[in-house]
Amino acid sequence: MTTPTYATLTHNGLWKNNPALVQLLGLCPLLAVSASVVNSLGLAAATLFVLISSNLCVSVVRNVVSDTIRLPVFVMIIAASVTAIELLMQAYTYELYQILGIFLPLITTNCIILGRADAFAAKNPVLPSIYDGFIMGVGFGAVLVVLGAIRELLGTGGLFANMQLLFGETARHWHVVFSADYPALLLAILPPGAFIVTGFLIAGKNAWDNAATRRAEANRAPIVAGTKRVRVTGKIS
Amino acid sequence: MSFLRITSPHGHSPLNTAQVMQAVLLATLPGIAVLTWFFGPGTLINIVFGGALALALEAIALRLRDRNPQRYLQDYSVLVTSTLLCIALPPYAPWWLVATGILSSVILGKHVFGGLGYNPFNPAMVGYVVLLISFPLQMSSWQAPRGLGEIPGVTESLTALFVPASYDGVTMATPLDLLRQNKGLLLDDLFSSTPQFSQWAGVGWEWVNIAFLAGGAWLIYRGIFTWHAPLAMLLALGLCAAIGFDSGSSESGGSPLFHWLSGATMFGAFFIITDPVSGATSNRGRLIFGALVGVLLYLIRVAGNYPDALAFAVLILNFAAPFIDQYTQPVTYGHKPSREDDE
Repeated sequence: MTTPTYATLTHNGLWKNNPALVQLLGLCPLLAVSASVVNSLGLAAATLFVLISSNLCVSVVRNVVSDTIRLPVFVMIIAASVTAIELLMQAYTYELYQILGIFLPLITTNCIILGRADAFAAKNPVLPSIYDGFIMGVGFGAVLVVLGAIRELLGTGGLFANMQLLFGETARHWHVVFSADYPALLLAILPPGAFIVTGFLIAGKNAWDNAATRRAEANRAPIVAGTKRVRVTGKIS
Repeated sequence: MSFLRITSPHGHSPLNTAQVMQAVLLATLPGIAVLTWFFGPGTLINIVFGGALALALEAIALRLRDRNPQRYLQDYSVLVTSTLLCIALPPYAPWWLVATGILSSVILGKHVFGGLGYNPFNPAMVGYVVLLISFPLQMSSWQAPRGLGEIPGVTESLTALFVPASYDGVTMATPLDLLRQNKGLLLDDLFSSTPQFSQWAGVGWEWVNIAFLAGGAWLIYRGIFTWHAPLAMLLALGLCAAIGFDSGSSESGGSPLFHWLSGATMFGAFFIITDPVSGATSNRGRLIFGALVGVLLYLIRVAGNYPDALAFAVLILNFAAPFIDQYTQPVTYGHKPSREDDE
């Protein structure tokens, strides 16, 4: 298996094979934590860190770990990364750490991370693995933040509340309220809102892809009747 | 005397979707009329506004799904959905409440799943539950019925729809609310001390329910749906209420008659759970479906947190309908029911 180019990796991570919208991996934290932008950003950052460090370590040890015990080893590596990021968040963003609660340690069981470790980092050199972890994390995080923004906007009528939890006191003023007497759509904040908004995001992506396919087909050179087929059997020696 | 020789099959033209939907719409009229008499023109305005919006949304959704809007709009199904939802909404609701409900019903309840005939849940109840969960305050403020509060005129009602807080209506707790919050009063004392109660159930509510019962009975007579689900639901509700009646003590859950004639009972029994798409399909299945709705309706009313329980009971049972169908599949004519078929 040849290592894919960085452009392919980018396209896969951000769009074609997006962890949240296409692979539908890691839905549990995606749906549970995305009630506001700040929660989404916190979890996205944590997942990104774990993805990069676990992909790095797995790629380094890929030739010395035998196939039969690779999964336990990968899980140990991931758990160690998660413990590190958990301690870091506890130290620097304590309130956010408390809000994210169980979903921080649960990153260990997030399928994206084990999936990338086993499907990519275990078969590829260090640098592409790091990049794959980074771009997959960004793809996941982008969906998480968009989901959090839509839910916060629908559910509270504002955006970027409580950003000081992540960016310090100056970020307290980032909170935008669009309409003071907005009747909050509580459903968007509640768990069903996460499912509904995610469903619409996936539908939107699929509609975009379908439209792109149709455009590409329309632009393809028409096949003229009477032209000859190219013979594809046999080898040129 | 002429002897007409008619051979089988004696075909007759069955009702098409549009005719069924028109009959259902027609059958809601008595209920709507009584609602309007007791609570003012708010419900009517909701229905007109909601209906127009629903038609527009349906046309957009059909266009997005590459269907022919003209053909599908003529089946009246979206009007039935929007009318049923708007009957359930509190009168004098602000426009965004109606709009959110209609949007959820038509898009989330119906077209997301593939349109008419493919919806696993009753679209009107999907819209209602979205609203009930999102806006509990607005959804639980009901206008006081005629005789207990002032009934607003048409202009006041229209401004209430579009100008926020323009109409400061007289709202009162509904009889179901009062009964649930009853602390320590015997049922007879509660009925005599609170003006909202009347001879059988609540002022206004009993006649609303009787009107919907009349409309539903006409639909059964027309053969639009069978009697199984409504009767099973009412019997189960009555049985539960009889068990929980406790001879009218302070802990009483209310009499069967009170539950039959309160809230959305008759409306639900004849217009919601008889939905041919989201309910059970066989007659035996309908009996089970209806009875379970009745039991849940009683349990959520007595022990739950919301003003009425119909929407939740129906949605939960909609989940269960395919399961009920699985075990109540009728045996085809000429076959023997056998155990091997189950495996």
